[in-house]
Amino acid sequence: MIENIDLSLVDWSRAQFALTAIYHWLFVPLTLGLSFILVIMETKYVRTGSEKWKKTTKFWMKLFGINFAIGVSTGLILEFEFGTNWSNYSWFVGDIFGAPLAVEGIMAFFLESTFIAVMFFGWDKVSKRFHLASTWLVAIGANLSALWILVANAWMENPVGMIFNPETARHEMLSFWEVLFNPVAMDKFFHTITSGFVLASLFVTGISAWFLIRNREKEMAIRSIKVATIFGTFASVVMIFTGDTSSRTIAKVQPVKFAAMEALYEGQTDAGLTVFGILTDKDGEGDLDEKNIIARIEIPGFLSVMTNGDRDSFVAGIKDLVKGNEEKGIMSASEKIERGKIARKMLLEYKEAKTQGDNERVYELKTRFEDSNFQEEYFRYFGYSYLNNPADIVPNVPLVFYSFHVMVALGFLFLLLQLLAWYFTANGSIGKRKVFQWMLLFSIPLPYLASVLGWLVTEMGRQPWIIQDRMPVGIAVSSLSASTVQTTFWLFAALFTALLVAEVSIMTRQIKNGPKIEEE
Amino acid sequence: MPVWGKKVWLVILIKLFIMFAVLRIFFFPDLLRKNFDTDEERGEHVFDELIIKTDTDD
Repeated sequence: MIENIDLSLVDWSRAQFALTAIYHWLFVPLTLGLSFILVIMETKYVRTGSEKWKKTTKFWMKLFGINFAIGVSTGLILEFEFGTNWSNYSWFVGDIFGAPLAVEGIMAFFLESTFIAVMFFGWDKVSKRFHLASTWLVAIGANLSALWILVANAWMENPVGMIFNPETARHEMLSFWEVLFNPVAMDKFFHTITSGFVLASLFVTGISAWFLIRNREKEMAIRSIKVATIFGTFASVVMIFTGDTSSRTIAKVQPVKFAAMEALYEGQTDAGLTVFGILTDKDGEGDLDEKNIIARIEIPGFLSVMTNGDRDSFVAGIKDLVKGNEEKGIMSASEKIERGKIARKMLLEYKEAKTQGDNERVYELKTRFEDSNFQEEYFRYFGYSYLNNPADIVPNVPLVFYSFHVMVALGFLFLLLQLLAWYFTANGSIGKRKVFQWMLLFSIPLPYLASVLGWLVTEMGRQPWIIQDRMPVGIAVSSLSASTVQTTFWLFAALFTALLVAEVSIMTRQIKNGPKIEEE
Repeated sequence: MPVWGKKVWLVILIKLFIMFAVLRIFFFPDLLRKNFDTDEERGEHVFDELIIKTDTDD
């Protein structure tokens, strides 16, 4: 079955989506976090009336503006790709995906784009308080935009609040609130925006450290570091906390991804948390052979405690999830494949009955599809019907494992950096600590790396699915030639690289100019 | 308007032109909208893609 799909088309379509998503994501988190740092700085200005705070706010607002202007709309390209490269998916997903994106467009994006004009051009045209309110609304609007996009993305991870209609071959929304308050969406939203806050705070501290190294704008730099580190420290704590709650949710709704994140091949009670590990995957994806793990340092029992709050609890491994574990009530992938095939056969029967005009049979099958038990017991495994081998449900374990562990390590490093910067600012020694200033400067790219690694865990960890359990990626692509997608891949690579070069060059120029030139 | 502001506006306009006047029109049509007139036809097409095109070894 799935061999009939042109894999080079699938791979190029995936590569193109990954390229555009990664480039787009280079702009987004800075917007999410820096907008709130601007809010804090401008609030200080309005409360104190100090021109120093105004100058500081305007300097960072200039960098925010460059990033926002160059990054804005780059996400729309992802929507172009849905319609062209992923038309089967776009249809199958129905209004579930469209509704949050429409709300994002109408509510959040307009909120953000309307008030951003006041924020940039309204300094001397509106009152201080109105200007501050605009900055607040831009920050809230930007983060609300992220909410709706993440709600849509979370539905792909954990489809809830809908029913499949065989008449239209689409999913239909049953409960908007269930889609919105999907536990994956809530965890993802708070984890993502706080990671953006951390990225922005390290961006501000890093650039401020550069001013300190160059012995320029010291007062503004220290003032900025103060705001950014306090904001960033709290954001780091929430980010780590929401990362933990996200992992627990993943353990429930995407257990294979969770097992891959921990490279846990055999399910265990008293499972240890891997702190460090070296893996090999000689035979490629889907290999279940545990000899692939060369070395591992773990905290005994901690994974069971973190996942279920109980050291004696069982955490499913990859083998349990592929082969099934009757004792623990885990269904095998083979059983899911059988159930998926039953659902697909019924869909085919429905189509045939409709073609033959057998209304009685059409009604009978439609009633069956509307039965929540059928949806829950059979149709939810629809995507498995396309798999040939139960081990196909296993993602690339080393990639997911390393991405996850490097991201987590970086998350803790960020907290440490922020705490140190806060401490050195509080005791007045930050201006003298040259080594630490260089560390802050060189740490600017690290949260970008961590952010992309987080998305790699999210998206690669749920392979082979585009919609968890319901649709594998290979089925979602449109009937196109791979060469068409290759052409647009390189066009995007060129366009986004040009945008990134423009962003970096305009931004570095403005940073070098500092706040004084901004007044011109 | 400062020089950097003009540069940013130029980048925005070029970017939007490439995205909407070139990529969207020539490279990224909405395939289902382009190839089919009604939702029913679109649904039929995806149905065939999901069920029939991939259904060879059952």
